[in-house]
Amino acid sequence: MSSQPAHGEHILAPGQTYASVTDKISSIVQNRRAGRLWWLSFAFTSMWVAILIAAVSYVIYRGVGIWGVNIPVAWGFAIANFVWWIGIGHAGTFISAFLLLMRQEWRTSINRFAEAMTLFAVMCAGLFPLLHLGRQWYFYWLLPYPNTMWLWPQFRSPLVWDVFAVSTYFTISLLFWYAGLIPDLATLRDRAHTRAGQIVYGILAMGWRGSVRHWQRYKSAYLLLAGLATPLVISVHSVVSLDFAVAQLPGWHSTIFPPYFVAGAIFSGFAMVLTLAIPMRWAFGLEGLITTRHLDNCAKLTLVTGLVVAYGYMTEHFMGWYSGDVYETFVAHNRMFGPYAWSWWLIMACNVVTPQLLWFKRVRTSAVTLFVLSLIIQLGMWTERFMIVVTSLHRDFVPSQWDMYYPTIWDYATLFGTIGFFFWCFLLFIRFLPAISIAEVRELVHEKKHEGQ
Amino acid sequence: MPSMNDVKTSTRELSSANVPPTQARLWRTLEELVDSPSFREQIEREFPAGVGELRDGVSRREFLRFMGASLALAGLTGCGSPPAEKRLPYVEQPEMMVPGKPLRFATAMPHNGYGIGLLAESHEGRPTKIEGNPDHPASRGATNAFAQASVLDLYDPDRSGMVMHRGNGSEWGRFIEAANGQLADIRRSRGAGLCILSEAITSPSLLDLQRQIREQMPEASWYCYAPINHDNEHEGTRIAFGEALHPVYDLAQAARIVSLDGDFLHSDPGSVRYARDFAAARRVRKPGDAMSRLYVAEPTPTVTGSMADHRLPARARDIEALARGLARRLGVNVGGADVRDARQRRWLEAVANDLKANRGASLVIAGRSQPPAVHALACALNHALGGIGKTVSYTEPLEGGPLNHERSLRELVERLEAGDARMLVMIGGNPVYTAPADLNFGQRLLNWALPKDAQETKRLAVHLSTHYDETSLLSHWHVPRQHYLESWGDVRAYDGTVAIVQPLIAPLFGGKSDHEMLALLTGNVDTTPHALLRDYWRRRAGAAGFDAKWDRWLEKGVVPDTTAKLREPAAQNVAEQLAADAPAEADGDGLELVFQPDPTIWDGCFANNGWQQELPKPMTHLTWDNAALMGVQRARKLGLGHGDIVKLQYAGRTVEAPVLLMPGQHDEVVTVTLGYGRWQVGEVGEGAGFNAYALRTAGAPWFGGGLRVSPTGGKRKLANVDMHHVIVGGEIKKELQPEVVVVAEQAHAEADDENRRLVRTAPLPVFNANPRFAKEVDEESANPPLNSMFPQYAYKDYKWGMTIDLTSCNGCMACVVGCQAENNSPVVGKEQVLAGREMHWLRVDKYFKGDAADPEIFHQPVPCMQCENAPCELVCPVGATVHDHEGINNMVYNRCVGTRYCSNNCPYKVRRFNFLKYSDDTHATIALQKNPNVTVRSRGVMEKCTYCIQRISAARIEAEKEDRRIRDGELQTACQQACPTGAIVFGDLNDPKSHVHELKQSPLEYGMLTELTTVPRTTYLARVTNPNPALDEGHA
Repeated sequence: MSSQPAHGEHILAPGQTYASVTDKISSIVQNRRAGRLWWLSFAFTSMWVAILIAAVSYVIYRGVGIWGVNIPVAWGFAIANFVWWIGIGHAGTFISAFLLLMRQEWRTSINRFAEAMTLFAVMCAGLFPLLHLGRQWYFYWLLPYPNTMWLWPQFRSPLVWDVFAVSTYFTISLLFWYAGLIPDLATLRDRAHTRAGQIVYGILAMGWRGSVRHWQRYKSAYLLLAGLATPLVISVHSVVSLDFAVAQLPGWHSTIFPPYFVAGAIFSGFAMVLTLAIPMRWAFGLEGLITTRHLDNCAKLTLVTGLVVAYGYMTEHFMGWYSGDVYETFVAHNRMFGPYAWSWWLIMACNVVTPQLLWFKRVRTSAVTLFVLSLIIQLGMWTERFMIVVTSLHRDFVPSQWDMYYPTIWDYATLFGTIGFFFWCFLLFIRFLPAISIAEVRELVHEKKHEGQ
Repeated sequence: MPSMNDVKTSTRELSSANVPPTQARLWRTLEELVDSPSFREQIEREFPAGVGELRDGVSRREFLRFMGASLALAGLTGCGSPPAEKRLPYVEQPEMMVPGKPLRFATAMPHNGYGIGLLAESHEGRPTKIEGNPDHPASRGATNAFAQASVLDLYDPDRSGMVMHRGNGSEWGRFIEAANGQLADIRRSRGAGLCILSEAITSPSLLDLQRQIREQMPEASWYCYAPINHDNEHEGTRIAFGEALHPVYDLAQAARIVSLDGDFLHSDPGSVRYARDFAAARRVRKPGDAMSRLYVAEPTPTVTGSMADHRLPARARDIEALARGLARRLGVNVGGADVRDARQRRWLEAVANDLKANRGASLVIAGRSQPPAVHALACALNHALGGIGKTVSYTEPLEGGPLNHERSLRELVERLEAGDARMLVMIGGNPVYTAPADLNFGQRLLNWALPKDAQETKRLAVHLSTHYDETSLLSHWHVPRQHYLESWGDVRAYDGTVAIVQPLIAPLFGGKSDHEMLALLTGNVDTTPHALLRDYWRRRAGAAGFDAKWDRWLEKGVVPDTTAKLREPAAQNVAEQLAADAPAEADGDGLELVFQPDPTIWDGCFANNGWQQELPKPMTHLTWDNAALMGVQRARKLGLGHGDIVKLQYAGRTVEAPVLLMPGQHDEVVTVTLGYGRWQVGEVGEGAGFNAYALRTAGAPWFGGGLRVSPTGGKRKLANVDMHHVIVGGEIKKELQPEVVVVAEQAHAEADDENRRLVRTAPLPVFNANPRFAKEVDEESANPPLNSMFPQYAYKDYKWGMTIDLTSCNGCMACVVGCQAENNSPVVGKEQVLAGREMHWLRVDKYFKGDAADPEIFHQPVPCMQCENAPCELVCPVGATVHDHEGINNMVYNRCVGTRYCSNNCPYKVRRFNFLKYSDDTHATIALQKNPNVTVRSRGVMEKCTYCIQRISAARIEAEKEDRRIRDGELQTACQQACPTGAIVFGDLNDPKSHVHELKQSPLEYGMLTELTTVPRTTYLARVTNPNPALDEGHA
C-alpha cells in the first residue's frame, strides 16, 4: 500500500484539475437534480425509518419483552446490532484519522463519506444500548451526573466504560467530520444558487474565507483531531469487547477479545466502505475520483483484517481445547454442532473462506465482485456478533437453565430499521454535503501536478 | 401473557341489587366475626354512616374499596364523608391489631375431604400467606403446594359472586323461597326425592348435619363422589379385614418401604407428614447413621418414585401380579402364576428378602389407583411382616356417607334416569366435569332437570360452588360457596385429628358455606355456620367450660383427642378371597392408559389458580398444560416428539393430546393427568390442556389396556421450564449432553473433568467409607483454588447462609409456591413461559441419569446462591445489586435500569427479569393477596431471591427490641417454612450453635460451581441413597 502508484493505477484519474474536481463534486449537491434512483432509494429507506420509529416507540411503551430475549439469553439482537454497528464505524475513523497520520494520500477521496458512515453507524449503534434497557427513561443513570443522592455509576462495570467510549467516539467523529467539512462548506456557500443555500452553508462554514491563517489553523486542528481519533480506533471496540470479556461466561471470558474485536470492526467497516463507495461512484460518475486503486486498497485491508479475525477464531477454539475447561470446551463444541451451528458455519464461510478470494487481483479490482463480497462479509460479521452474544448465553453452566433465543418481528424491525436509517442518512448526506472532500482532492491534484513535473 | 395484563372488563361485575344485604358484612375483629349482639350494637353506634353505606348494598368494586380502606386502618376511620354525629377516636388500639404487624390464625384447609392444619397470615385483615401449623399432625409446620396456592383462590376474580338462577342473577332470599317450596313437598314424603351429592366429607359437624337430615327425612339419599377417591383403599381393607378401614402410615418407624404404585409422598392426605417422616428416617449426618430404604413399582415417575432406591417401571395392571409375587415370597399364599419377567422376579426376590430381614419395620403401601386386591395384599403383607401397629395402623374410615364413590355416583345417575328424584343438592364438586365419561352425568342431569312436559313434577338442581362452573351451568340454581379462609368449619386430618376451620375474612364474594346449605335442608335458615359449628362441638365436648376449650382449639388449630380410633383388624384369609380371582395376565392389547391426579391442578379445582398453573409439575416441569406422558423409546418408535398431538383412542372414546417424553415411564404406558380441558373455568384456566376425564370410565377409573395412539400431525407448544428434550436426549447429539451428576461409585469420588459436578451423590456404603466424597470431587478436580490479593470482608454481625439437603428434597415444589406467595412473584402466562421468562425466584432443577427407560432422578432446588464474590454485582453499571454487611446480595429495584448484564454473568441463572409489566394490578382482588412487606416490581427491573429479607428485618426488629441477637430457628425463609422434608435450612453462620452452621460442617456439604470462586452462601448436602446390594441393576 505504498502511496506511490507503482503499477499504473491512480488514486486520481488523469486530467483532473482544480476546477474539474470542484465542479464534479459540488455539482452533485448543487446542480444535478435528484434522480429517480435517489428518490426511489429515499422512499424505500424512509419506509424503514418509519418502521424503526414504530419499533422504538413500541419497545419503550411495552418493554424489551417484545423482543426475543429471555433468561438465560438476556441480550439478543440489540447487543449484537450494537457491536456490529460500532464496528462498521471503525473503518471510517481508520481511514480518516489513522491513514491521515500515516500519510496515505489515497484516503482523500474516500475519507469524507467514510467519516459520515462512521457517524451514522455510531448513531445506529448508540440507539441499541439505550433501547435494550428495561427502563429506557433512566439511561442517564449510567452517566456520572451530580445528584442529591450522591449516586454514581458503578465504575467496575464495562457498561459504564462503554458509555464513555461510545460517547467520546461519537463526539470526536462528529467534530472531525465537521472540521473537515468547513472549507467545502465555504465552497458550497460561494457557489450556492439560492439565498437559502447561501445562508445555511454560510452559517455552517463559520466564516471560512480560505486565508492562509485559516488554513494554517485548520490544518493543525485537523491533525490534532486525527491524533485524538486514532487511538479511538483501537480503544472503542476494545472497550466494547470488554462487555463480554469481563463476564465470566464461557465464550465471552477471553483475553483475545479486544484485538479480535478491533480487527473484526475494521474488517466489517471496510466492507461497508465498499458497499457504499461502489454504488455511489457508479451513480454519480465518480470513477475518476474513487478509482480502482481505492477499491484495491480497501480490499487489501479487508483481507488483512479478515485474516486477523480468522486468527481470533482459531485462538478461541484452540483455547477452548487447550484450557481443558469443561465449559469452554463445551461452548466451542456447541457453537459448531449445537442448535445454532448454522451461525458458526455461516461465519466461517463468510468471514474466513470468502475473503480469501481477495488474494486475487482480479477480484480486488472488480467493482461488482467486491460489492457482492462486501455484503457477504457484513452478513458474516453480523452473524459473528449474534453468535458471540447468543450461543454463549443460551447454554452456559447449569443445563437446567438452557434455552433457545428466537428473535421476534420487533427484533428484525429494529435491525432493518437501523439499516434503513443508516442509508437514509447517507442519501441525505450525498444530496446536501460534498461526499468527497473538495479541498483535499484539490490538494491532491496540486501534489500530483508537482509530481508530474 | 397479555390476558394477565390487559384490563378485562369484568362482565360479572355485580350490580348493587345482586349483593344480598346480609352478605355485605365485613369484620374487623374476632368479636365482630362472632357477631355478638353487643358488638353489633357497638358497631352501629360507632360507625352508623359507614355501616349504612354497606347495608345499602354496593357494587363489588365499592365493597372492596371500602373493605380495603377500612381494614387497612383497622376500623379507625370509615370511608367517604365523616359521619355527622360526634365521634371519639380509639384511646387504645383494638386488641391484637397493630397496623403493619401481621396476625396469624390457626385454621385448616380441606383438600379432597381431608384437612391440613395451617397458620394463615393476615395483614390488616387480608389473608396473604399460608404456613403450616406446627401443632397439627398432618402439617408439623410444613405445607404442600396446594395449601400454599389456596390463598390465591380466595382472591380469584373469576369466583362466583352471586346466586344464579337459570343463568340469571338472583339472590339468596329467592333461592331460599324456591328451595323451601320444593322442600315442603319433600318433607311431607319424609324426604323421598331429595338427593344430596357431596365430595368426600370428614368434617364432624357436617356429618352431624348429615345425620340430622337423615333423621328428619329418612327417605332422602346421600351420595358421594370425588374423582380422586379412596374407593380402592376402602374396598381392599374390606377384603382383608372384613370392614372398610383407613390406613395411617408411620414412615418414621419404617426401615423398609415398598410402594405399589402409591405416591404417598405427594398426593396422599397425609403426604406432608409422610414426607417429613420419610426424610427424617433417611437423614444421614455421619457414617453409621441408619437410613430407610424405599422400593417403588410404578408405571410413571412420581415424586415418590423419584425418591426410590430401587424403582421398577411396571405397567399399572402388572402391579397386582407383583404384589402377589411379593406375597407369595413372604408366605402369604395367593393364587395366580408368578411374574414372568426375569428382572421383575429378581426385584421381587431381593425386596422380599429385605423385608423379611426387617420384620416389624417394614411397610407395604398400595396406591389409590390400584384395585382392591392390591390393597388387600398390602394389608396381608403388613400383617405378615408384623407391621400393623408399628409402621401402619388401621382406623375407622374418616369419611362419612357412602365410601364407594364410584358406586354411589352410579346409583345417583340411575336415580336421575328413573326420574323420581325431585331435588338434587350438590355440595361443592363439579361432577358434570369430573364424572366418568361413560356415566354421561351432564347429559343425564340435563335430561332430568328439564321436564318433558308441564305435568311432570317440578325438579330442582342446586349447586353450591366457588365458581360458576360446568355443573352450575346445568343446574337450576347456583349458590356461591365460601372459600375455607372465609368460612367456619372443621375437618379431619389423615389420622383423624380435627382442626377447626377458622375464617380470616368475611366472604369476599358473598358466598355460603356447606353448613348453611345443609342447615337450609333441615329447615334451619336463621342460623350461622359459626353457631352451627359451636352447637355441634358444645354438644360433643359438653357445655362445661366449653368457651375456654373452644378458644384453645381456635388458638392451637387442633381439637385434642380426636385422632381416629385404631382398629385391631382381624386379618382374614386374604389368600382365600383372592385366589379365586387371580387376574389373567393381560397382554397384547395395546398400550395401557393411566390416569393420575394432576400434581398442580389436582382434579381441576385449581384450574383457575395462576400459581398452580405456572408451577412446574414436579416430574415433567410442564406448566399450563397436561400432556400424554410417553416413554422415550415408545415415542421414538412411533416417530413422536415433544408436543406432537396424538389421538388417544380408548374404550370407544377419543381425545387429542400432546405427547411429552417422560424418562422412566414404562414403555407400554401412556399417562394422562386429570383436571385440564375445562370449558367453564375462568380467565386463567381457559384453554389449558385437554380433558382426560373424557376417556375415564367408571369401571376402570385409574388405568386400562387397549389404548391406541395415532399421530395427527398437529403440534402443541408445551411450556416446560427446562429444555426437556435436551435432558431426555434423542433430539440432541450425545456429546452435547453434559454430565451433571457425579456418582461416587467407589470409596473415592473420581474427579471427572468432563462433568459439571452440580449434583453429587453416593450410595450409603460409599458414604460410610468416605463421608467426604462430595468435597473430594472439587479437591481432585483440575481447578486449583484461586486466592485473592485482597483481604476478605469480615462479616462480624450476622452471616446468613443456607443449606439444601439433596437426600431429603423430593421435588414436591411446595417451596416454589411458598416463595411466590411470600415475595409477590407475578404469574406470567404460558406464552411468557414458552419465551423463557418464568419469574420464580426459586426453581427445582431436575436431572436424569442413566438409561432413559429407567433413569435415576435428581431434584435440586436452586435459589440465589448469595455469592460472597457475586459476579452480578461487578457488572451492574448503576450499582443496583450490592452486597450488605450480612452477606446478602441485595437487589435495589428502584435503582435498576434493566441492562440484564447481572443475569448474563450469573453462572446459576437465578435472576429473573420483568421483560414486560408482569405484576397484575388490573384485578382489585388479586392485589389484596400481596405481601405488603415486599415491593411489587415494575416492568424493566431485575429481581431474585433475597433470602426473604423482609423476614430477616422483621426478626431483627423483634430482637433489637429485646436487645438480643436473632435466635436460631426464630427466622425461616418462605421456602424453608413450606418444605415438608426439612431439606432447606437457613440461619446465621456466625452462630456456632445454629443448625445451618452445623450442617455447613457436614462432610456432605458442597457448593455449586465453586471453581468460579463465587463463594456461594447457599450450599448443598450431597445426596445419599441406600440401594440394596442384592440389586445392583440400574441404580448406583
